[in-house]
Amino acid sequence: MVKKTAMGMRRVVLAGLLALAALPAQAQERFITVASTTSTDQSGLFGHLLPAFKRDTGIDVRVVALGTGQALDVGRRGDADVVFVHDKPAEERFVAEGFGVARIQVMYNDFVVIGPKADPARIAGLKDVNEAFTRIQKAAAPFVSRGDNSGTHAAELRYWQSAKIDLASAKGAWYREVGQGMGPALNTASGMGAYILADRGTWLNFRNRGDLAILVEGDTQLFNQYGVILVNPARHPTVKQELGRSFIEWLVGPKGQATIADYKIGGEQLFFPNAETPRPRS
Amino acid sequence: MAIFGDAFATALALLIGGDPQLFGIVSLSLQVSLAATLIAATIGLPIGAALALARFPGRQPIVVILNALMGLPPVVVGLVVYLLLSRAGPLGSLGLLFTPGAMIVAQTVLIAPILAALARQTLEDAWAEHCDQLRSLGATLLQSAATLLWDTRYALVTVVLAGFGRAAAEVGAVIIVGGNIAGVTRTMTTAIALETSKGDLGLALALGIVLLAVVLAVNAAASGLKNLSVRRYG
Amino acid sequence: MASILPLELVHVRLAIGDTLIADDFTLTLAAGAPTIVVGANGAGKSTLLRLCHGLAAPSAGTIAWARDPKGHQAMVFQRPSMLRRSALANVAYGLKLRGVPRGVRTEIARDRLRRVGLEAIAERPARVLSGGEQARVALARAWALDPQILFLDEPTANLDPAATRALEDILGDMAEEGTKIVMTTHNLGQARRLGADIVFLHRGRVIEHAPVERFFKSPGTPEAAAYLAGELPW
Repeated sequence: MVKKTAMGMRRVVLAGLLALAALPAQAQERFITVASTTSTDQSGLFGHLLPAFKRDTGIDVRVVALGTGQALDVGRRGDADVVFVHDKPAEERFVAEGFGVARIQVMYNDFVVIGPKADPARIAGLKDVNEAFTRIQKAAAPFVSRGDNSGTHAAELRYWQSAKIDLASAKGAWYREVGQGMGPALNTASGMGAYILADRGTWLNFRNRGDLAILVEGDTQLFNQYGVILVNPARHPTVKQELGRSFIEWLVGPKGQATIADYKIGGEQLFFPNAETPRPRS
Repeated sequence: MAIFGDAFATALALLIGGDPQLFGIVSLSLQVSLAATLIAATIGLPIGAALALARFPGRQPIVVILNALMGLPPVVVGLVVYLLLSRAGPLGSLGLLFTPGAMIVAQTVLIAPILAALARQTLEDAWAEHCDQLRSLGATLLQSAATLLWDTRYALVTVVLAGFGRAAAEVGAVIIVGGNIAGVTRTMTTAIALETSKGDLGLALALGIVLLAVVLAVNAAASGLKNLSVRRYG
Repeated sequence: MASILPLELVHVRLAIGDTLIADDFTLTLAAGAPTIVVGANGAGKSTLLRLCHGLAAPSAGTIAWARDPKGHQAMVFQRPSMLRRSALANVAYGLKLRGVPRGVRTEIARDRLRRVGLEAIAERPARVLSGGEQARVALARAWALDPQILFLDEPTANLDPAATRALEDILGDMAEEGTKIVMTTHNLGQARRLGADIVFLHRGRVIEHAPVERFFKSPGTPEAAAYLAGELPW
């Protein structure tokens, strides 16, 4: 009887090993890994875009959604084939350092300043993000910053700068750095009725809004440019450059651009394709 | 709070509806955590047995370290495994990062110390009881370890389940090394984190309930098996 | 088979830390009829058996066998420890350690269980048996090894008179078949019934070693006389 149990154990172990062996089988398909931002993923854009790409090319795209800074780091380490992010200065640095082949612009969306409907800093309806930020700081109204080195965080820091506010000295209890992605930061802002800078796509897809609403939008400064970069195969030979190039070409080509323009939430277009002329294969 | 009621309703609908996407996530979670538990048990239980039975210099510090490793923060494990498995890291050539394999590695690292430390305690008690008898019968240390591992199997089932529970409930490490890629490395916990960050707290909670149900089912199955065997073999 | 006896202890001492457990054990155990070890609690009876059996190493003095005793001695402990398996498997376990094939060891184990009167419960889990049954399983387990010398540490301390009697009968049979029995007991009636010679311990020393008749009729030391006077209320 004891022997029977021993056999049973062996069978369990065997089944476990088989399950384990089955896992890597998924890795045999044609796929690329794209390091991208939470804004493209959580806004639902990839959910719309990638099935179309797969239909056209048969290539699977595995998206690791991080902040722009982290996404670029993943690319630097060679753990992704393509990065698709939104922080132009950082992207150009990435290419200049030799980690990426070239930065190609794909589309833009825009940031919006979100805040509680009570609006203690009285910014609702402003068309100037610098003025809005100045008022928030003057009122010392709670403001949630991503604080995670993401593209949105970088943009926010640029707006403080252009508003001529020295954050280092102006920082106080009102300025809360959460060090998290867009979603968790919005959850925090919603929980404490704070102002926050967010990308429109994530906001439109965000459910836990509480008392928050869009207060400032439309300033051209708020436009948010996305670029796509093939990780340099000379630096990381494991990069799947053929498949990666196919993805980039498709994105900036007519089909990809049209698909981006198609994506709408509640009738509202989220991303505006603005690729330059598609590049030939190099 | 209405959200809890809604979450239960959603969870029930998800479970009954047999949503294929949810099924994929649940099955990946189970595969990853079971594989990690299996590997961790294969590594951890013999280490626990060795520490329980053998007396060698440096044993006490190792036991202390092992006990401390039970509290290893998952994020740290995730980060270390990420750096090891990254293309730029020493094990990069395996190409495991952002695959289920990487998640298995991370969970294994996370729970192997737990299994080893808890098994050591269990086996030390058993060794105290049987030490004289086993030595009298002429059992070598290795034979004694094997005998006691088998003899304490019911207690060890609980130990292994504790490890499985920790593995299945963990999010910090798997989200870093797995990348939470839809359909590839999205587990119950990373899906919950994702829905939370989308602000869909109801769905997140519902997935949490599903996770709880799955872990509960695994525990119930294991303890049922254990009770059956206990009744048979004493 | 050449005998491993006699066993000679010369000025054996055992100290653990500052505590002196055995002061001077000087003793020769020859093949033949049973030797019974008596003495007050703390006199060192268990220690003597453990030293002889090799479970404790002397701090000083020598323990010498006629030849290598490995595999030719066995011990039954006061509180027998049973593994979580059937009575039969417990009895066969020692043989399994020695690499005896499954069929052979099962046959031997079944035979020994029959001879201790437990054939009917061979398949029962050993740990749920009564104290008397466990004591007999422990005896069968030692017997299965066919030892030349069998040490027993108060094997009947926790048994009722009937179970005690049954155990004594089995020991008598074993002695007749040529196994040297060395047993500690507080039961002087039992010492008389079973023993051929008596070893009397007092405060970690062997004070007297005499044939059973002479020991009880005219103890050679005042300590032994006092012990017999105190321990003979019946």
